[in-house]
Amino acid sequence: MPEHPRPRIDITVDGVAWSVPADCTIAAAFTEHGQPGWRRTRRARPRGLNCGIGVCFDCLVTVNGMPGIRACLADARPGDVICTEEGSGFGEHRS
Amino acid sequence: MNTVPDRIPAPSPPTRTGIAIIGAGPAGLTAAVTAADAGCAVCVLDLGERPGGQFWRFGPATGDGRFHHGWPAFTALRERFAAHVAAGRIDYRAGHAVFHVGRPRDGGVFRVHAVADDRRREHAAVEAAAVVIATGAYDRQLPVPGWTLPGVMSAGAAQALLKGSAVVAGRRVVVAGSGPFLLPVAAGLAQAGARVVAVVEAGQPLEYLRHPARVAATWRKLPEAGGYLARLARHRVPLLSRHAVVAAHGDERLHSVTVVRLGPAWERVPGSERTLEADVLAAGYGFVPQVELLAEAGAGLRAAAGEGAFAAVVGPDQQTTVPGLFAAGETTGVGGADLARIEGLIAGRAAASAAASALGRAAGNAAGALGHDRRTDRQRAALRRFAAVMDRVHAVQPGWTGWPDDDTVVCRCEEVTVGRLRAAIDLGADDVRSVKLLARPGMGWCQGRICGQAVAALSAKHSGYSDHEGSAERDDATQDAERAVSRPLAQPVPLRVLAELATGDADSPD
Repeated sequence: MPEHPRPRIDITVDGVAWSVPADCTIAAAFTEHGQPGWRRTRRARPRGLNCGIGVCFDCLVTVNGMPGIRACLADARPGDVICTEEGSGFGEHRS
Repeated sequence: MNTVPDRIPAPSPPTRTGIAIIGAGPAGLTAAVTAADAGCAVCVLDLGERPGGQFWRFGPATGDGRFHHGWPAFTALRERFAAHVAAGRIDYRAGHAVFHVGRPRDGGVFRVHAVADDRRREHAAVEAAAVVIATGAYDRQLPVPGWTLPGVMSAGAAQALLKGSAVVAGRRVVVAGSGPFLLPVAAGLAQAGARVVAVVEAGQPLEYLRHPARVAATWRKLPEAGGYLARLARHRVPLLSRHAVVAAHGDERLHSVTVVRLGPAWERVPGSERTLEADVLAAGYGFVPQVELLAEAGAGLRAAAGEGAFAAVVGPDQQTTVPGLFAAGETTGVGGADLARIEGLIAGRAAASAAASALGRAAGNAAGALGHDRRTDRQRAALRRFAAVMDRVHAVQPGWTGWPDDDTVVCRCEEVTVGRLRAAIDLGADDVRSVKLLARPGMGWCQGRICGQAVAALSAKHSGYSDHEGSAERDDATQDAERAVSRPLAQPVPLRVLAELATGDADSPD
């Protein structure tokens, strides 16, 4: 991997402060953080990255209040507030 | 829903351009610079945040191309693209999810509708005299027990993490499926420090030797494959052929997979099971062309490699059966980045010419550059012949339908199992559409893109269509599957954007 330590940025995931590599997608941030799954389906089954290129919609997260964002496409930006979703992908969150 | 504002904003007027190009991968970028070189006004709409598509997906952390193939070609192309963007000849729209391409009415123009910026979701419309669809393809995945577990992903997903974000998908990775794409994925992961436990290929790559002339005609691909193989050997990665991963195990995340030996039709060889520990399974059985926009615009399709997959029918100039609508790259049949660039070149020339005549202008001083050249045509023909060999060697064989059990989820979005699919068929559903109406596969977020081919294959098997090759019933099944590819809205669209379309003067999608 890169010879020099990568610059990192701060984001919030489900209320917890995370330091993640700059210049990576939200899905990559979860992966690097060691958490391969982050969404739950209506049947409460765990899901994470699947197609990785915006086709399958399995990786949806809520970003700064906007639900249904494809984590595989969206770059993580400094200060992003990310909430994981449970349910249909329209922004229902784990209580 | 909290995304709906109190008031519907007035629709913004559409941008007018010569050619709209959907997709900024190898085909779309090449078409764009070719048309712009010819003096044509071009608008490129792309889902990604940066140009390059999947093949040249990159981010600031990977801009040195160390995980890429053909990087110098891309940097040269990107410089030409950037120069046209700076000069205002190319209007580049990153982060645009195109959901509809409307055909011209009464000699009018095409209307391209997109949702711009996923974090804001605004409507964008572009009017163009000609359109090039270069939306590429995505990995074909086969449903097996446990494939919905976090850690199980497409081969392309592992590649995208690496190429785009310089993040390694996991520590112990099994790469499985069929096709030459598995090699760069495994080699990239090994290079980046992952332990690649095995590359599991379902096909028999030795079968390439049965087509020496076609392989030799595209000899440039041989050193590329050799380079990946050498790198895998250096990392002592075992390569298995005629094997497959038929189950993934774990609770909250993947911890192991079951690998079996396959017979000639990809049926499991009993007693050959073994378990490999892995935290990531990266799987792909070739690619499915993304033809939804083409299908909805009425372009003729043909069956592509793999059940339930389709590609655009194009003429010598990459024009579809709809005048003024062109397709290039994987949308015309999966053939790789070299073929995509050549098709993009031809489509860019032809679309520039079509746009010029539609706008009542001669192609002007660029006319000479817009004709066919035989060398390009020959290269395209050779690469297409090689792609046909590739399809044959790595074609998904019907025995895979014995891998999933009744509890295996087929449709990931609606969580429909093989058992529910079979129950629908037992109730009398005898085509994909009826299966869909009874059991709901393909009715979720992805609109059946991920499960569509598996549902077609499982439905065909259980309703006996496989026995009717070439018959009228078989043709019905094909038409049925073809209709399933057509979607009035090719991407999720907020209702407020549709409301905007209805209140504005823009034509609403039919």
